[in-house]
Amino acid sequence: MAHLIDDPILTVEHLNMRFGGLLAVDDLSFSAGRRDITALIGPNGAGKTTVFNCITGFYKPTEGRITAHHEGGEKYLLERMDDFKIPKVAKVARTFQNIRLFGGMTVLENLMVGQHNTLMIASNFTFGGIFGLSGYKRAEKEALELAEYWMEQTGLTYRADDAASDLPYGEQRKLEIARAMCTKPKLLCLDEPAAGLNPRESEELNKLLLFIRKERDTGILLIEHDMNVVMGISDHIIVLDYGKKIADGTPEEIRNDPSVIAAYLGVADEEVEEVEHEIEEGASS
Amino acid sequence: MTEMTNSSARPGRHLDVPRVAKDLVVTALIATAIFGSTIAFRTVSAAGGLGLTTRFDVAFYVIAAVVVGRLLLWIFFWSKPAGEPAVEIPAGIKSGFAHVAARLGKIFGPAMLIIALVFPFLPFTDRYLLDLSILILTYVMLGWGLNIVVGLAGLLDLGYVAFYAIGAYSYALLAQYFGFSFWMCLPLAGILAAFWGIILGFPVLRLRGDYLAIVTLAFGEIIRVVLLNWYKFTGGPDGLSGIPRPSFFGIPFNRGEDGFAEIFGLEYSSIHRIVFMYFLILALALITNFVTNRLRRLPIGRAWEALREDEIACRSLGLNTTSVKLTAFATGGMFAGFAGSFFATRQGFISPESFTFIESALILAIVVLGGMGSQVGVVIASIVMIGGFEVFREAEQYRMLIFGLAMVVIMIWRPRGLISTRIPSIFLKEKKAVSADMVSQGEGH
Repeated sequence: MAHLIDDPILTVEHLNMRFGGLLAVDDLSFSAGRRDITALIGPNGAGKTTVFNCITGFYKPTEGRITAHHEGGEKYLLERMDDFKIPKVAKVARTFQNIRLFGGMTVLENLMVGQHNTLMIASNFTFGGIFGLSGYKRAEKEALELAEYWMEQTGLTYRADDAASDLPYGEQRKLEIARAMCTKPKLLCLDEPAAGLNPRESEELNKLLLFIRKERDTGILLIEHDMNVVMGISDHIIVLDYGKKIADGTPEEIRNDPSVIAAYLGVADEEVEEVEHEIEEGASS
Repeated sequence: MTEMTNSSARPGRHLDVPRVAKDLVVTALIATAIFGSTIAFRTVSAAGGLGLTTRFDVAFYVIAAVVVGRLLLWIFFWSKPAGEPAVEIPAGIKSGFAHVAARLGKIFGPAMLIIALVFPFLPFTDRYLLDLSILILTYVMLGWGLNIVVGLAGLLDLGYVAFYAIGAYSYALLAQYFGFSFWMCLPLAGILAAFWGIILGFPVLRLRGDYLAIVTLAFGEIIRVVLLNWYKFTGGPDGLSGIPRPSFFGIPFNRGEDGFAEIFGLEYSSIHRIVFMYFLILALALITNFVTNRLRRLPIGRAWEALREDEIACRSLGLNTTSVKLTAFATGGMFAGFAGSFFATRQGFISPESFTFIESALILAIVVLGGMGSQVGVVIASIVMIGGFEVFREAEQYRMLIFGLAMVVIMIWRPRGLISTRIPSIFLKEKKAVSADMVSQGEGH
């Protein structure tokens, strides 16, 4: 059970999120390794997206601490930061379960908006840019290169000048990941990146995520239902059920964990005690 | 395939008589309800008060015209089998139109600019036409300014005229109390209007959609009511008069020794000042256009458009949406401030009367009619709206009726405005216009 992560990019400690009478996340603690792909799984309504929204600042947790650790030793307490500062300062980027692209803007423009903060500083907060100072032109060229790089990695170069809502679903998913990568994150949080993808596309997604981890040195935290993706690429899996962590370990450990099987498949009433007993045994051993 | 062969070749074209009859009866009843009261009875001033005369015959003809018109529609357009569109425009014509429009779009802007530059020197240009074009250009400038807020950032602003008023009063008051010249006041008026844009921005930041529109509407009214009631400072309903006219960079337009005409060796004419005014507003409008186009290609402009498309996605990418909205309000407000101080110097007299809600509505109508986010669209819409007002001045009370009808027709014909495609701010290989149905309209539409 004890899955030691020596060098975490993210630690979540005693996270609680309450909506009125509903405790959506119940005393959740976990860590995500710096160069790991960490998957957060669980049945529908287990509170996975709520955890994501707490990490990325869209919800303020009722209790708990969420810390991002940068390589230089800087720590950022995410639960205290404004949502827009989390990608900007703490370098934690995210995508959404229902894709949120800038539909009327082209693929390239979407990727340029992803680099807004860098470009804003380079344009001296617009005042330099408006007079066409060379510093801004250089920064814009660099931004364009980064955008081209990510279009190449996601195979979107041929659609660069098309509106984002013109793309098929699978490419929209990829574009959203590429756009998040343009913020140069240290941790990329993906909310169901494989939802709605066909087997070939989800295979490509696996490759992309492995590439991001390896080449770009970015940790990945993902919510996913597609077990091919989860078991195929994750280094570390956390299982949630009713807001509680029921398992935490390598894909191999999770696959054989009776409590996970029980949570996913459900058990008959008469078997509940039996399963609980097994879980206790599993926990104590 | 043309419309004619299309319809004659169609099988199963027949009239569903009972249905049509029922529809015609309903039409007749509605027409009677409307025209029976408005046309059949007419008030006349009779001895000892107001009398009533009847015009049943006229009312009957109008109702009959409506019923016959509807019957004709049934026979020629609605008699197609179910499932087919009522009126269809062949795809060839549609795409051909788009193609021609795209071609025209490229040369339209430069052509308009050349016409605008030589306009005051054309032989038929008289004082009236010049005044009218100054008015149109003022609205073009205001439309371009509002386009930043509504068209780019997607924030519906119903109180835009407030910034126009702030600009106008800034100049008038600064000139009255401190004796500042127009050229000194022009930037100050812009800065003050931008400042008020930020002040308005703060409370509206957390609002979305309709609520945003209501607060901006209230802001417009607050400014007007303050101007109206702060009698000691603004002169209240009496307004401010004797606002100094602009000089040609220090040279006044008068008959004297040091006047414009004398120095440039021209014969004195009052039209000089008007022509100067014309070029002044043209320059101001072009600056607005230039700056907006420039901003669109900068990160701030892209952030405005991204905000219109999806605010939550903006935040997830580290955009401070608060400052993005504030800059949009401030930039839009600044251009209205410039336009306002121009208005004050042109009129020489301002009062709160000039800054009512109808002005805001007119500017917004120009932006929506032109196509939100489209610079050329604003120009066309301004010419159509303001020029149209003048053309139909003869029609007196029917003017508003024609105007309303025209707007309804245009909005049915092109629901997203005259020029609704979006031009990307940056491209890799090829600049492709983005079709209107993909572009989001932002908050409050």
